[in-house]
Amino acid sequence: MSERMKVSSNPHIRSRVTTNGIMLAVVAALMPATGFGIYNFGMRALTVVLVTIASTVLTEFLFGLYRKRTTVSDLSAVVTGLLLALNLPVTIPLWMAALGGVFAILAVKMLFGGLGQNFMNPALAARCFLLISFPTAMTAFECDAYTGATPLAALKAGEQVNVMNMITGHTAGTIGETSVIALVAGACFLLMTGVIDLRIPGSYIVTFVLFTGIFGGRGFDPAYLSAQLAGGGLMLGAFFMATDYVTRPITIRGQYVFGIFLGIMTGIFRIFGPGAEGVSYAILLGNLLVPLIERVTKPAAFGCQRGGKRA
Amino acid sequence: MAKFTFVGGIHPYDGKDLSKDKPIRDILPEGEVVYPLSQHIGAPARAVVAKGDRVLAGQKIAESAGFVSVPVYASVSGTVKAIEPRRVVTGDMVMSIILDNDTRYESVDFAPGAPPEEMAREEIIECIRQAGIVGMGGAGFPTHVKLSPKEPGKIDYVIVNCAECEPYLTSDYRRMLEEPEKLVGGLKILLRLFENAHGILAVEDNKPDCIELLKRLTREETGISVKALKTKYPQGAERQLIYASTGRKINSSMLPADVGCVVNNVDTVVAVYRAIVEGRPLIERIVTVTGDAVARPQNFRVRIGTSYSELIRAAGGFKGEPEKVICGGPMMGFAMFDLNVPTTKTSTALLALTKDEVSAMEPGPCINCGRCVEACPGRVIPSRLADYAERFDEEAFLENNGMECCECGCCSFICPAKRPLTQEIKSMRKLLLAKRKK
Repeated sequence: MSERMKVSSNPHIRSRVTTNGIMLAVVAALMPATGFGIYNFGMRALTVVLVTIASTVLTEFLFGLYRKRTTVSDLSAVVTGLLLALNLPVTIPLWMAALGGVFAILAVKMLFGGLGQNFMNPALAARCFLLISFPTAMTAFECDAYTGATPLAALKAGEQVNVMNMITGHTAGTIGETSVIALVAGACFLLMTGVIDLRIPGSYIVTFVLFTGIFGGRGFDPAYLSAQLAGGGLMLGAFFMATDYVTRPITIRGQYVFGIFLGIMTGIFRIFGPGAEGVSYAILLGNLLVPLIERVTKPAAFGCQRGGKRA
Repeated sequence: MAKFTFVGGIHPYDGKDLSKDKPIRDILPEGEVVYPLSQHIGAPARAVVAKGDRVLAGQKIAESAGFVSVPVYASVSGTVKAIEPRRVVTGDMVMSIILDNDTRYESVDFAPGAPPEEMAREEIIECIRQAGIVGMGGAGFPTHVKLSPKEPGKIDYVIVNCAECEPYLTSDYRRMLEEPEKLVGGLKILLRLFENAHGILAVEDNKPDCIELLKRLTREETGISVKALKTKYPQGAERQLIYASTGRKINSSMLPADVGCVVNNVDTVVAVYRAIVEGRPLIERIVTVTGDAVARPQNFRVRIGTSYSELIRAAGGFKGEPEKVICGGPMMGFAMFDLNVPTTKTSTALLALTKDEVSAMEPGPCINCGRCVEACPGRVIPSRLADYAERFDEEAFLENNGMECCECGCCSFICPAKRPLTQEIKSMRKLLLAKRKK
């Protein structure tokens, strides 16, 4: 008999999908937005992206050395670094960008046990950490070398905004959030490859539209609603951050609940809050509610009633 | 209402092209033939022959030892060489009767009884029991027990599981193509046992030729319908099959009879036909020998008890070195470390693969992607259950419906982190079931 015959428990076949493959797909899906960011904001955007990724990967690598376990190859640090960069203004001092990367990996991810164990989206947590620590640097937006308000801030101030520019992305904002077209193209790729589905983005966006329509004070005015939809990182958040596997509910019904919660919170922050923004905080808050959402949306097993009772 | 599908499930590479067009070929064992006394769920059979006895094919060599137990028949002629523990596919040592095959294949005369129309319900069931028939899809539950629910009048559906959803397996497919009249005949006999029941032949729609053929054969039968179910693994799992064909749901603590259903596999139904109409006990079955490591993949009609190594030889041996040899399909079969073990009543296939995908992939941490949740036909959360199992958190495991897992393997298959989810859940279930028995 062959010495090479292997014995293991069933099943004996595995799908081709791997963690690496998923991470790679997310990086690929973010390329249009990254590319547009570089085109829109210039080469410094590329520098910010590279510095942030270098910072996240290096942090993970060094932590791995300390724990004697390399985890860099799963590419999750690359995804975190890239997402963080896309959430930063192009004018940010590079050391701040690097600090954000260290915070995302070390404080949010590795200290809680590494990949799969963090309870908040690392990139978003780092963005909020920077936003609180360095509010001026984090909100210094510019476009075409003019410093200026983001379209959402202008909208909130009662000014007219150019929705077409917001959709193509030719506005002020963070590196990756401005172009709806680029973000949606990437999202479509993720949807088609089955990496994400529409449960969270769909319920998030629909709820947000309804909420702003009802409470925004402008009714269901198409120009206002499309400006709200296109602005302020909603697309980046809904398709790339809220769908982060680790920090969203695993139950299917829970994902709808999560999306609806994010829609309502984003609406509250944007309409009733002091700032024009709300996506980041809404998602982070949602992340904290995940255990609770999962508990109340536990699925009924096949042939059983909800709540664990047998049918 | 038939749903024709279920929620969850996966679509693995099905590998059926390797052997689906190869007609069933009869092979006869050459070496010794081994009959484990426990080829079914329930009490092991009791040997009724002794060392040195000469027996004929079709002769009873062990009798049933209780209600949930069935007899075992010799499948060749020869002399009893020994009655001793032998290794079986699962790796366990099981008391077995070993026959020195005289290669003359002399058989007893099979005498059919009365035509089924003239037999009483009890007579039919006793005849099925005496023929040693068990669920031949893999579980090995004695068929006569399945056919004896408390209230036979409350059975609405007799379902024949023709799904064959396991990748690579083609034995049921060949059986349906080559002997469909025996399948339909067997189903008609089963329907005689349940006066209010309707017969359903539930076939996956990747076998349109079988569906066509069975529909043509049952055109005149108002009591039988053919249902084309969506091709998806595990469509042939009992709970999913019942749901897809009738819209009724059962959980792990219920029997199909609780929702008015009786489910039997293709080969089992054919065995019933042969027992009643031809008077033949269960001594042979169809086994698919396949995989990329097999020289000539094909389907064999095998005398039960033949060694797996003889099957491989009959299929032209190995081409290339097999890294993994599996008894059964790739989703629910057993990995074998020794081919010198006997085929039994529940052997569906021998699958030899040149590459073992499991050991080629290192498990990583769970990224909570939820693919296992979507794939799970039992609608539980496999990744969490595996966590509880790993920590041996019995309370959380039970509270989260861990016992509802049917061990189909979808979660392990789909997991991008390549975690052995099914294995963890399965071990925990086994422990808890053993504890429950105490």
